[in-house]
Order: sequence, then structure tokens, then C-alpha cells
Amino acid sequence: MSDRRSFLRMAGMGAVGMLLAGCDRISQSGLGTRVLGSAEGLNRRVQALLSPSSAMAKEYSEADISPVFHPNGTTMPDTPAYQALMANQFRDYKLQVDGLVSRPAMLSIADLKALDDRTQITRHDCVEGWSAIGKWRGTVLSAVLDHVGVSPQAAFVVFHCFDEMDVDTPYYESVDIREARHPQTLLAFELNDQPLPVPNGAPLRLRLGRQLGYKQAKYISRIELVSSFKEIGDGKGGYWEDQGYEWYAGI
Amino acid sequence: MNATSAVETSVPVTPGPATTAARLIYRHTLPIRIMHWINVIALTLMLLSGLQIFNAHPYLYWGNRSDQGTEWLALAAQEDAAGNLVGTTRIGQHQINTTGVLGVSKGSDGTPVARGFPSWLTVPSAGWLAMGRRWHFFFAWVFVLNGLCYIGYSFARKHLQRDMWPTRADWRGIGRSIIDHIRFKHPHGAEALRYNILQRLAYLTVIFLFGIGIVLMGLAMSPRMDAVLSPLVEAVGGRQSARSIHFIIAWAFVAFVVIHLFEVLVSGVFNQLRGMITGYYKIGPEPAAPIEAKPAPVTPEVTPGPLAGEPTPIAEDPRHE
Repeated sequence: MSDRRSFLRMAGMGAVGMLLAGCDRISQSGLGTRVLGSAEGLNRRVQALLSPSSAMAKEYSEADISPVFHPNGTTMPDTPAYQALMANQFRDYKLQVDGLVSRPAMLSIADLKALDDRTQITRHDCVEGWSAIGKWRGTVLSAVLDHVGVSPQAAFVVFHCFDEMDVDTPYYESVDIREARHPQTLLAFELNDQPLPVPNGAPLRLRLGRQLGYKQAKYISRIELVSSFKEIGDGKGGYWEDQGYEWYAGI
Repeated sequence: MNATSAVETSVPVTPGPATTAARLIYRHTLPIRIMHWINVIALTLMLLSGLQIFNAHPYLYWGNRSDQGTEWLALAAQEDAAGNLVGTTRIGQHQINTTGVLGVSKGSDGTPVARGFPSWLTVPSAGWLAMGRRWHFFFAWVFVLNGLCYIGYSFARKHLQRDMWPTRADWRGIGRSIIDHIRFKHPHGAEALRYNILQRLAYLTVIFLFGIGIVLMGLAMSPRMDAVLSPLVEAVGGRQSARSIHFIIAWAFVAFVVIHLFEVLVSGVFNQLRGMITGYYKIGPEPAAPIEAKPAPVTPEVTPGPLAGEPTPIAEDPRHE
């Protein structure tokens, strides 16, 4: 009996082991990842149908704000350029906006405030599964895009960041023009009524109301309008996208 | 499998003559069998890739936020005085040591690592969130489309209405059915073809409460969908509540499958497997005592059996899929 039981157990474990080994092989193969990744396009299209691009993320009340807004990823960029800016409380910071625009610009935080200044309390959802709610003050990205004049060929807005994830691998992210134009897409310079703390992305970070945290680039140094992001990084549209995460992070 | 035509017949239903010999009944139609096995694959891979995703943050909360210290479930790792990794599982205030399985288990090189669920329960086996998400979202589509086909087909074929929706007589027999289940007593005659009240309730719960619930709770975790699903998200307490409910329903599915497999095992594993693979299910001779429930109607046509040497299959009204 115990022989049979241990045989069954071995057989069961063997079946599970074979299943997992098979899945691991598929995960390593180019075709397997492409087939599995095909769901991303479906998610993006179907979610755009069900939740139109104009739909707004829920805005919460002051009482809902997280006591601690957990910083994730880089919490202290160590590049000399960033360290120099930080030493001076970011007073010399200027956001570079260029690429497919008619009037490239260098904008200070004060310039951004003059363009647009709004506050919203929204939820931040990490790809890992956790959520936090924060009160963000910033400039709607749309106002910046209007200020520089976007060329008709521009399809994506790329955010270049100060922090390096690896040697010569700066963090970057991208969104399409439609997402960039959403009224809740902010360049945030304040969190919970304080200047944006360094661990949360000082002096300027992206806030998207309807995508996961890794899209919401911190430590933005430059915004570039492009027709394609194929030539940037490994060509997938963002640092984490280059590591295999979805460009469309609406789910 | 050429018996589908027999199943489609709408010959006036007459009570079949009392049979004494064992016979094969065409019980599960081809679409149902295909959808059943697709569902097995999709649910398995969604569970395993779901545990991979869970491992990225092996804590569950209620509400909208993940404030540290408010976890109701935590699969954590700590170092003891000797520097060894200790895995703990905490539910509410109750914490137990689960080193080796939950919180801390062996990594690919055999040394203990901090991870919620062990590598033999996740797809991929190593910690790899991006790939876990690919598996999960791919099979989410398989699960949803297959589930919609199943519900549509079962509704159109009246499988849901006839075989699953409990009748008054079913409700009256619920006490008897519970006792029969506890005693592992299973009918062998025509009565075995009919879903009993507990089966009906279980299937309806799994399809409509678990199936639809887990998909909605998955969507409630999507920030893009929350722009339109916010009332649902807030109704269940918040996004972290939705994540908790998604997790709980996943294990409710596991519990259902465990009971389902147990019932298959005790009611004749070979016969049940044949039923769900070939469609043909063997019912034994009628018991001597008259059955109170109405016998399954039998149409007079006889179709060639696919299994030589087996009792002649009799085409059956497609009530019992």
C-alpha cells in the first residue's frame, strides 16, 4: 500500500515536474514568449473599447491618502548630473523638451507651474500588486505639449530619466500621444503638499491615472517627441519593457 | 465520434424499458468535452502563473491601499539568530512556521530563498514576474472565451436549464443527497446520469459565482478598467480587496477541483474519464428496487458503438452533458 502510495506520489510529482519544465522551456523560447505576449495587444485594444481613452481614473479624498507612499525602484540616482542638481535643491533644474516639436524648450518648475497647475489624489498600482494613494500637484502634460507644439509625425512621448538602472542604461519610458493628452497625465512636482521627495522621483515625475507604476517615470530629465521608439534603449519603449514587461500597462 | 447525430434526435421521449444489462450512454457531447479539457489547461496555468504574480508581493490587504502592517495574509521570510531563513505564514494575528513551502523554499540552486509560494507551484518556476504575467493574461483570454462558449452552448442546448437548474424535487431531496455523499454512495443505474442537487449547486456556483467573480476581480485590479469599473471596485472595498477576493476564489476553484477529482475517483475513475474523453459513459444494471426518480428517456435508435466488445451504446437524449 505504501509502495503504491509512494508510486502515485512520484507519478504525480513527475507529472507536475514535467508540466513545469515544459512551461519553463516555453518561457525561454522566442516563439513561446511571442505567442504568450500576443495577449498584450488584445488587452490594449479591448480595454480601449471597454474603457474609452477619455475615461477618468477615480480621484480620492484627503482621508484616503496613504500614510507612507512606498518608493520603489531607484530611490537615489547616483549620476553626477543628478547629484549636482540635488546639492542645490534642484533650483537649477530645467526640463528639456525636444524631438518632433516646433519650439524645443527648457522649462524650470516655475515655468511648468505657469503653464498649468493642478492637484489630484489618485491611486498608484504597482505591477507587483500593491497600491498607494497620493496627492499629486503638477502640470498637465498636455499643456507642455501645446507649449512646444507637437509635430504631426510625433506618435510617442519618451521620458528620459536621470537614474541609471545599470551602467549606461538610464531609465526611460514612453506613452502614446493619446495617453499623454489625458487630463490626468501630469508632470508632478509635489507629493502630499511637499516638494516631491527624492525617493519618489524629485524634482519631476510622470503620473498616469490608468497605468501601472513602472510607466510613471521618476527623475525626468528630458521629454522627447518621437515617431517611433525603436532606436531608444532596446527598442521596447521603456526600461522594464526591455526586460520583458508589457508596454501597455493598463492591466 | 459519429454519435452526435443520435444526440441531436428529437424523437418523442418515452420512458425506456427497464434494462438489466450494462449499457454505454453518449453522455458528454464533443464541444463539452473539448471545452472541459481546455478549461483544465487554462485553470491550471492560470493558477500556477497567478501564484508567480502573487509572489511579487506575497501579502494581501483589504481596502484600496497596501499599508505596511495591515496585511491580513503575509507569506514572509525572516532570519533567525543563526542567520537561517525562516518562512512564516501569517493569517490575521496567527502566524505559523512554514519554512520549506511558504515564505521560504528552495531556489533553483537548492539553497533556501525568500519566496511566497515554492518554485514547484509557479509558472515559470523561477521568480519571473514579467513571464508570469504573460502566461496569466494569455490563458485569461483562453479561460474567458472558453467560458463564454461553454455558457452560450449550455444555454442554447438547455444543458444549464435542464441539468443544472435545480428542480423542486431536487431541493426536496437535498438531505438525502448530502447523506449519500457523506457515505460515498453513488447511483449506478440511469440515476447516475442525472446531476444530483449538490452537483447542480456546485456547478452553478463554480460557473457563475467563481467563474464570473474571478474574472471581474481580475479586471478590478486593472487600472485602465478601474476608470469604468470604479463602482465595482469600491463596492468590494477597494483594489486590494479585489486582489484578495481574486486570490480566495482561485483557491475556491482548487477546492472544487479537489472535491471533483475525489468524486470522480470514488464513482469510477475509468468510466468517468471515458465519459469526458470519448463521451461514452457506462451505466450499470438497474437496481431491483424501483427508482423513484423518472428514468432517463431512451431513444430507440442504436448507433454503432465505438468500442468493440463493449455493451451496445444506446443513443441518449442530450440532457446529460
